Amino acid sequence: MQDEPTPIELTKAVADFLRNDITPLISGHQAFKLRVAINILDLVTRQLTQEEGCDAKEVERLRAQLGMDGSVADLNRALADRIAKGEIDLATPGLAEHLWATTMDKLAVDQPNYASYKRELGRGG
Amino acid sequence: MIEPQLGRIVSSWHAGAFGVANSKRLSGGASQETWSFDIMHPDGLAGAILRRAPQGYGAAPTRAAGLAAEAKLMQLAFEAGVPSPRVLYVLRPEDDLGTGFIMERVEGETIARKILRDAKFARARPKLARQLGEVLAGLHRLPLSKLPELRSRSATQEIGEFERDYRSLNWPKPVFELALRWLRDHDPGPSAETTLVHGDFRNGNLIIGADGVRAVLDWELAHLGDPMEDLGWVCVNSWRFGEIDKPVGGFGTREELFAGYEAAGRRVDPVRVKFWEVMGTLRWGIMCGGMMQRFREGPDHSMERAMIGRRASETEIDLLRLLAPRGS
Repeated sequence: MQDEPTPIELTKAVADFLRNDITPLISGHQAFKLRVAINILDLVTRQLTQEEGCDAKEVERLRAQLGMDGSVADLNRALADRIAKGEIDLATPGLAEHLWATTMDKLAVDQPNYASYKRELGRGG
Repeated sequence: MIEPQLGRIVSSWHAGAFGVANSKRLSGGASQETWSFDIMHPDGLAGAILRRAPQGYGAAPTRAAGLAAEAKLMQLAFEAGVPSPRVLYVLRPEDDLGTGFIMERVEGETIARKILRDAKFARARPKLARQLGEVLAGLHRLPLSKLPELRSRSATQEIGEFERDYRSLNWPKPVFELALRWLRDHDPGPSAETTLVHGDFRNGNLIIGADGVRAVLDWELAHLGDPMEDLGWVCVNSWRFGEIDKPVGGFGTREELFAGYEAAGRRVDPVRVKFWEVMGTLRWGIMCGGMMQRFREGPDHSMERAMIGRRASETEIDLLRLLAPRGS
C-alpha cells in the first residue's frame, strides 16, 4: 500500500496551483496551452475519483448482458463483437440502458459540461 | 521565417508591391501551415493568407484533396459567386516555400463560439441557417467539368472506409458498432446526382461577418459524392457548440437550411441528410480516435491532440441521442 496524499489529492494540488498562481502570469498561445493542461489534470482527477465505481457497475451489467466473465476491456470487446455480428441490437432487452449508463459515466469524466450530457442528466442520469 | 521568400515573389502577383510584413503563423499541424501576412504597396497594406505544406511534407494524407486542388476549388467558388477568398498565387518549387497557395485575407470571425455568442454577430445569426443552405446550393452547382481531380465516394464506400479506419484503431466501442450496423441498414444507395462535396462544411470553417457568411474555408476534404453529405455534416451536434436545439451549426433549424437550399433551385432529401448526420457523428468520433493514435505514436505529442482523443465519447452520446433516444 502506498502512502498518502492520494493521487487524487496530489493531482488536484497541481491543478489548483496552475489555475490560481500561474494563469495570471501567462498570456497568448501559452495561456491557451495552460488551460488545456489544467483541463487535463481536472479530467484525470475526475477519472481517479469515479473510475473504480463506474467500472464495477459496467462489469456487472456486461456480465448479465453477455453471460460471461472478464475484465471491463474484455467484456467491452465481446459486446462490440456481438453487435458487429448482429447477435445483439437495440431490440435486445437491456442493451440501450447499458449503453446509456456507460456513456453517461464516460461523459461525467470526459466532458461534464457537454450540452448533450447536461440535457440527458436532466432526464435523470 | 517566410518573409524573405515571400518578399522576393510578391511583385509577381501583386503589381507594385515591394515587400511583405507582419507575418504570423495562425494554425495547423506539422504538415499543413496557415500564415497571415500583409502585402506592402505604395497605396497601403493588403492582407493575405498563405496555406502551405513545408518542404518534406508534400505527401497529402489519403483523404485530402491536396493544396493544389484546394486552390483551384476556392478560385472556382469565388468565380461562381460562392463566398470564398480570391486565390492570388500558387507556389512554385523555385519559390522555396513548399507547396501551397496565397489568397486574399477576408476579415471576419472563424471561432465558432464567438460567432454564436458575441453581440456583433447578433443580427447575422438568425439568418445564417438559411444562408448556409444558399451557399451550399451554389457550391453543389459548380460544374463537374471544371473541377480538379478528386476522389469519389458513395455512401456504401464511406461506410466501408470508416469501418476500416475504426477497426485499425483496435478500440472496441459498442456504440460505434451499433452506428455501423445502423448505417449499413439505412444505406440510401447511390445518390441520383453526383456533385462536388465540400466535405468539412461546418461552423468553425466559415468566415462570418456582421452581415453573414463571407467565406467558406478548409476545402481539403473536398470530393465527389452525394450533395446531401454536406447538409448532414453541418448538422452534426459537435458543430453546434452547445446550442444543441439549433441543429445547423448552432444557428437555426434544418427547415431554414433546407428552405435556403431549395430557394436556390436545388432539392433536399431529408432522409439522406439524416443518414449523413449519423455518418458524420461517427466520422468525427473515429477522427477523435485517429487523434489519439497520432498523439500516442507521434509525431504530434501535444496535449491538445491528446484531449481530442477524449472527445470520442461526445459522439457516443450524440449517436445514442440519434439512434436510441430516451423519451422527452
